[in-house]
Amino acid sequence: MKLTRETLVVIITFALLAIVPVIASLTEVPFYLDLGRRMMILAIGALSLNLIMGYGGMISFGHAVFVGIGAYVVGICAEHEVVSGFIQWPLALLACSIFAVVFGAISLRTRGVYFIMITLALAQMMYFLGVSLDRYGGDDGLPLAETSDFSGLIDLSEKNNLYYLIFVLLLLCLWICKRLINSRFGMVLQGARSNEARMQAIGFPVFRYQLTAFVIAGVMAGLAGILLANHTEFVNPDMMHWTRSGDLIIMVLLGGMGSLAGPIVGALVFILLEEALSGVTEYWQLIFGPFLILVVLFARGGLLGFLETRQSSDKPSDKPAEGSDD
Amino acid sequence: MVDPHLLFEQLFNGVQYGILLFLLAAGLTLVFGIMDMMNLAHGSLYMLGAYIAATVALATDSFLLGIAVALPSTLVVGIFLEVVILRKLYDRGHLDQVLATFGMILFFNELVRLIWGPAGIEVPLPSILNQSLTLFSIPLPLYRILVIGVGLAVAGFLYVLVVKTKLGMLIRAGASNREMVGALGIDIKKIFTLVFGLGAALAALAGAMAGPIFAATIGMGENILIQVLVVIVIGGIGSIRGAFVGALMIGVIEIMGRSFLGDFFKLFLSGNAAETAAPAAASMLIYILMAGVLFFRPQGLFPARSG
Repeated sequence: MKLTRETLVVIITFALLAIVPVIASLTEVPFYLDLGRRMMILAIGALSLNLIMGYGGMISFGHAVFVGIGAYVVGICAEHEVVSGFIQWPLALLACSIFAVVFGAISLRTRGVYFIMITLALAQMMYFLGVSLDRYGGDDGLPLAETSDFSGLIDLSEKNNLYYLIFVLLLLCLWICKRLINSRFGMVLQGARSNEARMQAIGFPVFRYQLTAFVIAGVMAGLAGILLANHTEFVNPDMMHWTRSGDLIIMVLLGGMGSLAGPIVGALVFILLEEALSGVTEYWQLIFGPFLILVVLFARGGLLGFLETRQSSDKPSDKPAEGSDD
Repeated sequence: MVDPHLLFEQLFNGVQYGILLFLLAAGLTLVFGIMDMMNLAHGSLYMLGAYIAATVALATDSFLLGIAVALPSTLVVGIFLEVVILRKLYDRGHLDQVLATFGMILFFNELVRLIWGPAGIEVPLPSILNQSLTLFSIPLPLYRILVIGVGLAVAGFLYVLVVKTKLGMLIRAGASNREMVGALGIDIKKIFTLVFGLGAALAALAGAMAGPIFAATIGMGENILIQVLVVIVIGGIGSIRGAFVGALMIGVIEIMGRSFLGDFFKLFLSGNAAETAAPAAASMLIYILMAGVLFFRPQGLFPARSG
């Protein structure tokens, strides 16, 4: 493999993430561990969104709904004293895939702004469902009695274990994404992003490819949700709120849409920014909001795009055009 | 059996809520329609209008003066946003527009929190408006009747503006083919600034009028924005008529659903199951309706671009 800057970024990022627990125990600041887990979980979410948004051109403004569904299945199982991860996790992923098939089939009938808005509306619908689920905490959310139990295989209540499990799963997701987008399936998906009518004319059932991608992304986001539930030991409707979906979009764009490592870098930078700014002022979004606008106006392609263009300024960028949704 | 008085009263409330939705949807659907622009910050203008109106009304003890100040000041903010930021985003994809206007929402919410504090503002009604009219022995709050009246007047004004005037002709032309209008020598950008300003003023009007009903709170803009988006999608992007029909539909369904879905469920569910299922179903109702409309008519009920 050629050592591109992107690969370098990935290696450095994972190397840093790998030693976070060591740093946390040396400095005796367990908060770093917490921060690192949150980063990696959101990175999985952003990675999955990038699959459909960056490579598929499907701008979903409700992607956090799958994070929420994954988390809620774990929470609801635990509430009914089903704590085995061997049951919880497959069930959560199955639920996500079912919801993704239904939501995807409805949403994919539309294009452009309509697609953005219907994914937003469907996610909001689930958010309100969560709020009105009084049996499972409603608005207040549902504390997890215990983390998923893997009967001695791995103890997730031990925070370092959970950290490295998330670490490995993030790597796995990255690998899956890489394999996917370089496969025939990924090529068709990217072809449909660039010119859907042409792909259709060549004879590809574009809808089926897009729906499959939507479901894969939904399941991957569900995995992030499962991990999030185990991380916070708490589930609430806010995980599905449309601003959480907005956060995921920000991470993808911040890092660089349509590049493999972009969303991971984006998620890391997003959390770091959030932490740093909220340390400076209570009104940190007063800074973060305009910062986003500036990123949109002047830093197209995100952080990785910035690196790429500096590396290969002599050849035109083959980055996917943003907003190629219509 | 459902009390017919209650039914009528809630229908009335639903219409009133629908009118509020229409004031927001009208401006937003034009912005969507003409420039193909996804603007999430519309709800922020609504919130801003509500806060400014509430502050002025409380300080001067005049509700009317509050509205009179809120409208032009929000209009100025709207035009400022359009000229400085949004104008640069027309040629970008929807994603950039979503992100930039999302940034605006964060900014405005935090700004309001900084200026007015985290607690909302309750806006008292002037005593003249704080009474009820009795119709068929049902008391109807005068203020809500007034809101409906203002909304209908705005709808009439917009109808005349869009259908009968030259400006309206250009707006409609812009909605169906922006490039062509530009090619014919019309300064479409100026028209858009105008439309955006108008939309901002209508959002402020809605916010100012919503103040006494819901109180001005942070985040009031986003909650209603999502419903307004549902209205626009159901009505068809760019269509004022669609926005009007959609807004009334959503308003009535939203309010009636919350009040009567429980009773309706009790017809075929046990009392307990109906009690638990109803609130969940009521809050999902409009989204299910939207999904249904989009499934059968992906362009909405009154597509503006159809021909």
